[in-house]
Amino acid sequence: MKKTYMIDVDCANCAAKMEQAANTVEGIVSASVNYMALKMSVEFAEGADVKKVMGEVLKKCRKIEPDCEIYY
Amino acid sequence: MNRKQKKVFYRIIAAAALLIGAFFIPQGIFRAAVQLAAYIVIGHDILRKAFCGIINRQIFDESFLMAAATVGALLLGEFTEAVAVMLFFQMGELFEGIAVGKSRKSIAALMDIRPPHANIESEDGQLVKIDPDEVSPDSIIVVLPGERLPIDGTVTEGESSLDCSALTGESLPRDVGVGDSVLSGSVNLRGLLKVRTEKRYEDSTVARILELVENAAERKSKSESFISRFARYYTPVVCISALALAVLPPVVSIGFGDAPNWGDWIYRALSFLVISCPCALVISVPLSFFAGLGGAGSEGILIKGSNYLELLSKVKCIVFDKTGTLTKGSFSVKDVIARNISKDELLSLAAHVEYNSTHPIARSIVSACVKKPEPACIENIEELGGFGVKACIDGRTVAVGNRRLMEAIGVSCPEEVEGGTCVYVCRDGEYLGQIVLADTPKDGAAPALEKLRAMGIHDQVMLTGDNENAAQYTAKELGIRKVYARLLPEDKVTKVEELLSSMPKAQALAFVGDGINDAPVLSRADIGIAMGALGSDAAIEAADVVLMDDEPGKIAKAVAISKKCMRIVYENIVFAIGIKLLFLVLTALGLSNMWFAIFADVGVMVLAVLNAIRMLNVKNI
Repeated sequence: MKKTYMIDVDCANCAAKMEQAANTVEGIVSASVNYMALKMSVEFAEGADVKKVMGEVLKKCRKIEPDCEIYY
Repeated sequence: MNRKQKKVFYRIIAAAALLIGAFFIPQGIFRAAVQLAAYIVIGHDILRKAFCGIINRQIFDESFLMAAATVGALLLGEFTEAVAVMLFFQMGELFEGIAVGKSRKSIAALMDIRPPHANIESEDGQLVKIDPDEVSPDSIIVVLPGERLPIDGTVTEGESSLDCSALTGESLPRDVGVGDSVLSGSVNLRGLLKVRTEKRYEDSTVARILELVENAAERKSKSESFISRFARYYTPVVCISALALAVLPPVVSIGFGDAPNWGDWIYRALSFLVISCPCALVISVPLSFFAGLGGAGSEGILIKGSNYLELLSKVKCIVFDKTGTLTKGSFSVKDVIARNISKDELLSLAAHVEYNSTHPIARSIVSACVKKPEPACIENIEELGGFGVKACIDGRTVAVGNRRLMEAIGVSCPEEVEGGTCVYVCRDGEYLGQIVLADTPKDGAAPALEKLRAMGIHDQVMLTGDNENAAQYTAKELGIRKVYARLLPEDKVTKVEELLSSMPKAQALAFVGDGINDAPVLSRADIGIAMGALGSDAAIEAADVVLMDDEPGKIAKAVAISKKCMRIVYENIVFAIGIKLLFLVLTALGLSNMWFAIFADVGVMVLAVLNAIRMLNVKNI
């Protein structure tokens, strides 16, 4: 299952870091961040709890980039 | 500016005021305190981020570099420099944010075609707004005046005009009534329409365009990968050089018994750290492409990725499909050559015979005839596939068709006239004349080809399924020298492959088609350009560039945009890397100071961004 979320982040480098962080979260097959469009597209693993997984993604991203936001 | 940016803006003003104020305070502890306050106002978040970075082992992060350089400067007692570095860094970031936001907004305007909802009539006759995603195919939706059509379908009730300009660029409204198929994304201008949906929302035209535009930035070009690879190595290398610069020369000096001069070398090393920030590199190239894609989009040229934008500038050979791409795709009578009969009579006779035929040539003969044929006098119509049509008109046998038909009947007739497709007419075995039909070139075709030649694309090829005669005629009119006629769709693929194999690797071949029957060629060429292809899913899928309308001028425009974009990209690459390397050398030699370093970092970034957003304006190229 693939979903796209709006995100908010300040710089291109920070967006790349968010992408790295999101890819380490369990339940995610692959995540890619498009800084120019301010979008994160996420492919979830089969049977993943989307809300829970995205909560975890946001937590991890906040750790490395405190002012980022993901609207999910 | 959004709220976050405003906050940064106020901090910049406050810090700048404090910094300027500090000059009026006599040297001493007070001045230092005011400067330190300015430093904290402007830099506290960078320091915090740098700290986070260290904890998360992200050392070569720009916040860390700035923090290290400025804290170092503070320790050396260079308070003004430390504040200035932070101040200009923040100004640069703010400027970058505003510039990216601006180009983002102009792209968002393109995506403004997303329909917010679909209206469904509930059982009690009330209109209910639901998400277009939830409408299943074959249901009835209601489109009110002023609303955007959410899903492709057929009109079942009502009459209206549709504004399709977002889809086709065509500004004239299109009148629709019951039975007409309508495309999502167009705006209902007048009456209420009931539409039976034929597809799901995600398969509808509007959703496909949005997907194309939104995913465009994901396909990275070679220049983008180059610059991000460069930035990945650049920062660590410069940081290590900074360390070497701080330590090696003083140690060597001590070895020779001279004074180590630590302060001077550390100051140079700190300037290195400021210059090592990858911002200008990381933002300038992708922003140029992003703005280029946005600029092209605003002209109705949808490019599927920055890799294609890059490739488009390398096109040296361009292959056109004839019908529907360079020509209007409808035949018109160009000339009538009559023998022993008036021209009007000949045309009328032919029109009678062709009256019931659905062949495009037959239709255009009928429509060219001023007087409407009288069906009553037509008898015994016989369609001879591949030859023509025979019928009894007023009791006399009239045959209308190609030369082979005349030969089969045994009528002697003159050679085909140059300039198009010839249709012969004979009555009771007597040759009466020829009707010459041609598919006329689109108005913009010749100027577009001329423009392409002016841009260095001299290798222009035309492929067509039509006969040699008609193909040569059109080619001559447009100034195309290479023509391949009588091609079946699969022959077109083979021809394009032949052309591809005869080209040098660094050049690209583009194929332009109208998307009908040529999806395989579109995907085989280096760049497939589909024209006015919004009705055809296969073409949108197969093409790399989709032109929303079928105006040939847009092909030249797309190439011009890509050339301009690549020029800006190269300017930015050379400029950003060049200036940075120059100042690294000057700094190492002690010929520059931290102020120059700030310019090499922030100044270059601002200039590169300004250069990049020039791509948003492509109206006049």
